[in-house]
Amino acid sequence: MARIDCHHIRHAYGPHPKSDKDYALKEVHHAFEDGGAYALLGPSGCGKTTLLNIISGLLYPSHGELLFDGKDVTNLSTQERNIAQVFQFPVIYDTMTVYDNLAFPLRNRGVPEPDVDRKVRDTLEMTGLADMAKRRARGLTADQKQKISLGRGLVRSDVNAILFDEPLTVIDPHMKWVLRSQLKQLHRRFGFTMVYVTHDQTEALTFAENVVVMYEGEIVQIGSPAELFERPKHTFVGYFIGSPGMNVMPVAVEGRSARLGSQTIELPGAPKAGTTGVIELGIRPEYVRLGASGMPVSIRKVEDIGRHKVVRASFEGRDIAAIVGEDEVIPADPKIAFDPAGINIYADSWRVEMGG
Amino acid sequence: MDKTWNNKAWFMVLPVLVLVAFNAIIPLMTVVNYSVQETFGNNLFFFEGVKWFQEVLNSPRFHASLLRQFAFTGLILLIEVPLGVAVALAMPRSGPWVAVCLVLMSLPLLIPWNVVGAMWNIFALPDIGLLGYVINAMGISYNFTSQPLSAWFTVVLMDVWHWTSLVVLLAYAGLVSIPDAYYQAAKIDGASRWSVFRFIQLPKMKRVLTIAMLLRFMDSFMVYTEPFVLTGGGPGNATTFLSIDLVKAALGEFNLGIAAAMSIIYFLMTLLVSWLFYTLMTQSEAEG
Repeated sequence: MARIDCHHIRHAYGPHPKSDKDYALKEVHHAFEDGGAYALLGPSGCGKTTLLNIISGLLYPSHGELLFDGKDVTNLSTQERNIAQVFQFPVIYDTMTVYDNLAFPLRNRGVPEPDVDRKVRDTLEMTGLADMAKRRARGLTADQKQKISLGRGLVRSDVNAILFDEPLTVIDPHMKWVLRSQLKQLHRRFGFTMVYVTHDQTEALTFAENVVVMYEGEIVQIGSPAELFERPKHTFVGYFIGSPGMNVMPVAVEGRSARLGSQTIELPGAPKAGTTGVIELGIRPEYVRLGASGMPVSIRKVEDIGRHKVVRASFEGRDIAAIVGEDEVIPADPKIAFDPAGINIYADSWRVEMGG
Repeated sequence: MDKTWNNKAWFMVLPVLVLVAFNAIIPLMTVVNYSVQETFGNNLFFFEGVKWFQEVLNSPRFHASLLRQFAFTGLILLIEVPLGVAVALAMPRSGPWVAVCLVLMSLPLLIPWNVVGAMWNIFALPDIGLLGYVINAMGISYNFTSQPLSAWFTVVLMDVWHWTSLVVLLAYAGLVSIPDAYYQAAKIDGASRWSVFRFIQLPKMKRVLTIAMLLRFMDSFMVYTEPFVLTGGGPGNATTFLSIDLVKAALGEFNLGIAAAMSIIYFLMTLLVSWLFYTLMTQSEAEG
């Protein structure tokens, strides 16, 4: 297992990148700690698979260096980097048995047969495939095939990291849950460095200790699931994580208060001086309180989604969402108030700190 | 669900039935008719039973052309299938050259068979043909009209030129359908070039290669026009394959009984080998 350092990595698929637009990956400067479980989260086309393929060596970055435990591996081949990768669609060698599939990476590296046997048996045990070792891989179900793909990575116990590229896309929903918790277990027991690419926030937030949110070729925030929820650094993180996403509205800030239309909102602190650009206030629906006092809104729709209700309302001519408890009564003359703990201020989409 | 049976629907398929009867069943039945009778002038026929079949099956001439036929088909499959796969592997998988390669590969397939024969006839002439002249100029005695070995070489080379493209196109279709992830996974697993071919490309091409081999078997087993135009079955009988022999018997010697019996044996053999081949190939697939 290794610590992975991305040093100012940029990547363009075209031959002569000129502007920022030509880069699929704008600049990634980040370290994946040894033994960490990371999720790369972002919408399709944000560069997360590009970053993953750069780490595994399937792509060579246009600029920047990649270090494994401080050693420069930028120009090494995939094989020399000793990486395991699980792809979106399960890759299995059809003509081989499950056992031979798992033995394949070891045999390719000239591992003596007794060692191959021992390691393959361990891996079969780990992935729960032991009772189908002698079966042809072809006839198996998608989740079993995906376990074989994973097993071919696990069997090399010395791999530097295991990378996952949306590995649960073709798996049935109930198996997704099982596989995800098995992955977590494996991580806890063996401490692999794992990087998991997904566009599904639930998958990312349950799998990883650290979620790396990417947007348009850049990392916009790295943090624990709680940090991403409480303090989104970028309005995109606010929209993308949470259901429904964060309410973001343009405001004018004066000292410790923000003005929106005819309303004035108290801020928990004054945004630091010299904040310019487009100023927006972001608040998650969880922090919007609906009651008899506060600022007037008109309710358009109430969605009952089981454990709570999502109230869609119109506030100063803008859409706003609020979450209220299942049993709460919606007042006839509804008013909202913002919980100061949930208020964030953004300048040109990036969060600004507020002083006390 | 209750099915509605309406026997009037059979009238709808009648035209097709009549058409098939006229272009397949009736000609086939005349062949069967000839194969069991002795034919004289003035439309005189005598029933002979299986005499012609016995005669054909015991004739050294039939054995010889059958052997030549198997040798030819065997050579064709041994050369064209591996060569076709090799060419398909060497073709680019994306980019502007794909179209160029595909067009180049399709060209031989678009040339009428007798034109191919005529082309190669002139191409291989020892005195004025480019191929024949060059081979002789290299000090190798080559004349496809008088040397059996030269004739075989030319016939096989012509077929390889004409039909390898078919194998290439089918194999290529199989290759491009393999998702990139397979190659990436193979890289990560440290697979050699050979392993990639053996465990990824070959299994994924198996289906199309089965079809390619079946087509090449049937076509080469029934080959007529090209060798007929090139060598006319000669020198001597050196390149007289079954179909050429059959035409000689039927139209050259007017042995209608023998020719008809031969046709039926020929047809049944093609059918049998194709069936065996297909069953074997698909059975090994089902086992997996």
